[in-house]
Amino acid sequence: MNSAKATVPFKGTKEQEAQLLEIIAEKKDTQGALMPILQKAQEIYGYLPIEVQKIISDNTGIPMEKIYGVVTFYAQFSLYPKGEYTISVCLGTACYVKGSGDIYDKLQEKLGISGGECTADGKFSLEACRCIGACGLAPVLTVNEDVYGRLTVDDVDRIIEKYTA
Amino acid sequence: MENITVKVNGAEISVPKGTTVLEAAHMAGFEIPTLCYMKEINEIGACRICVTEVNEGRGFRLVAGCVYPCSPNMEILTASPKVIESRKKTLELILSTHDRKCLSCVRSGNCELQKLCKDYGIEDASKYDGVKNSYEIDNSAAHMYRDNNKCILCRRCVAVCSKTQGIGVIGANERGFKTFIGSAFDMGLGETNCVSCGQCIAVCPVGAIAEKDYTKPVLEAIADPEKTVLVQTAPAVRAGLGECFGLPIGTNVEGKMVAALRKLGFDKVFDTDFAADLTIMEEANEFLDRVKNGGKLPLITSCSPGWVKYCEHYFPDMTENLSSCKSPQQMFGATAKTYYAEKMGIDPKNIVMVSIMPCTAKKFEIGRDDQSAAGVPDVDYALTTRELGRMIERAGINFLGLEDEKFDDPLGISTGAGVIFGATGGVMEAALRTAVYTLTGENPIDFPEVRGTDGIKEATYNVAGMDVKVAVASGLANARELLEKVQKGEADYQFIEIMGCPGGCVNGGGQPQVAMGIRNFVDIREKRAKVLYDLDASMPLRQSHENPAIKAVYEEYFGEPGSHKAHEVLHTTYVKRSVN
Repeated sequence: MNSAKATVPFKGTKEQEAQLLEIIAEKKDTQGALMPILQKAQEIYGYLPIEVQKIISDNTGIPMEKIYGVVTFYAQFSLYPKGEYTISVCLGTACYVKGSGDIYDKLQEKLGISGGECTADGKFSLEACRCIGACGLAPVLTVNEDVYGRLTVDDVDRIIEKYTA
Repeated sequence: MENITVKVNGAEISVPKGTTVLEAAHMAGFEIPTLCYMKEINEIGACRICVTEVNEGRGFRLVAGCVYPCSPNMEILTASPKVIESRKKTLELILSTHDRKCLSCVRSGNCELQKLCKDYGIEDASKYDGVKNSYEIDNSAAHMYRDNNKCILCRRCVAVCSKTQGIGVIGANERGFKTFIGSAFDMGLGETNCVSCGQCIAVCPVGAIAEKDYTKPVLEAIADPEKTVLVQTAPAVRAGLGECFGLPIGTNVEGKMVAALRKLGFDKVFDTDFAADLTIMEEANEFLDRVKNGGKLPLITSCSPGWVKYCEHYFPDMTENLSSCKSPQQMFGATAKTYYAEKMGIDPKNIVMVSIMPCTAKKFEIGRDDQSAAGVPDVDYALTTRELGRMIERAGINFLGLEDEKFDDPLGISTGAGVIFGATGGVMEAALRTAVYTLTGENPIDFPEVRGTDGIKEATYNVAGMDVKVAVASGLANARELLEKVQKGEADYQFIEIMGCPGGCVNGGGQPQVAMGIRNFVDIREKRAKVLYDLDASMPLRQSHENPAIKAVYEEYFGEPGSHKAHEVLHTTYVKRSVN
């Protein structure tokens, strides 16, 4: 079983699996069980990697593809864990017209991941976010709790370096 | 059933309550185009090509005719200017993200989208051009490829895979404009537990999925004077090939097919039906042996490689129930490269064995382990009925004008029992003919209980004082239902026939595609199967054990059914696989 999508090594525990199996046993015979099972699974693991979807498939009889189709359909589900540092780039109107789209692209290129994904070392995850109320500083991004404003594409390297050191 | 009256394009017609607008129009002689709709399998009303104007007393409006039910006194307009304008716009929008490479497309000429564009007079295929999705072609499976640049997201392939076959390795991933048909975690199809049945290809309206084409290496082998190129044709091919040349569904073209293969330059034109008879000798013997000696029962047939792979993935604990017999395709190749090669003094390495099959899983089967009796693969190339159709066209052979010809001896000699292998229940009936004879010396021919297109059939026969309980399933969702009964101990059959495709090989994934507008109203399984049962009824010999060529092959080579030599050449092994 190979996934075309590289991700952070799975670190699920036996306790997490037991918790998930309990939820599956409780819900699997009700109609429309997949959504609540996936929501709980994401609560337990924080994301829905292939290993978790396989547990759900094996224990519900629902084909993996069907589960994956649902997971990729809804924005609430993630295939990737959150990194040690979550970089959120504001793509709200003010930031966007000030060029945050280019910053977002530069980050994707620099980190080698797409928005929503996490680097294989588990260090950074990247996401786009809506207006964070700092339009005066546009374009803006945040790294966990740190806010960076009035950015240009050239600032990206410096910011990343700060967290890789 | 209560009837209601509706008006289709001004003419009143009485239809049963619950009839859809599409069906009412069909009854009135007007066809409404469809792309996503498959009766009872994919009734999702998604593609909107079937929009039709209806008036239920509140004025005319557009509805999806394929799923919208008729109401009393409904007025239906199937081709009003508004309807035509709407359908045309739908087509233009589909084309806006389609690669439109018709000239190099395998479906050019029988593509449902292409035909609709012609019918609706699309003048500008790039009218709504904008951002386009671009996809890599998935070549990972042995039998087929997927080119999503041509996919129109009708989801017919998804529906047959999950509903008809109960597998579900393909589905819609992502959302909105980014939606595409693929597998979990974007795995290549070859990495999934796809069983290679090809039913997805048979229902694809466009050229997004197709079998891998091996016609070129076959033509090259024919042109190589060093090679003896033998061809075998499966029973169901003669019942489907004619459709490639415009003949009605259910036309027997055996004679023309043989003539065409000879014209293509094959050195010998043989018949898989011979190997079907051989399969019966081995399998009936295996069955009686298991019954007498307490072997694993029920015995389940192993002719259908789609079914065999399904069993390995989904019922790995039941692989011991599978007959150890190779499929007829493989038995044929194995016999050709051992017995026939020896008899003719040909080095098996110089034989190129080509099979023409109604099947895509046969392309996977030729590469399985333990399928090389002479130290070289039993079969070198497995072509579908469609590929043969293409070869004949490409060679400029006037198929319809060909005089009928006969198969070559000795591997072209067969009985009625062999030819019915191509329809669901056929292997069971053929086996019963020989098993009953072996046990009682009697010669019953007809076992009507196991015929017909029902997904699951059961029968009990009293043979020599013993009740023999048999079951037949076709289509893998049906197979699963039947086997779950067996596993739960709710049924105690001794012998089960399973075919991967619904209706058996006549409806195989390698048969000519029939537009869904026709399939929704015509049972192609029944029409093609009738060709085989008519052939059976017309043949002088109808029991495998009476086939003189079969008698000869045992006398000269194998000894008797189930002999050591027969096991070496004609039997195989299975593996246990997991579900991805």
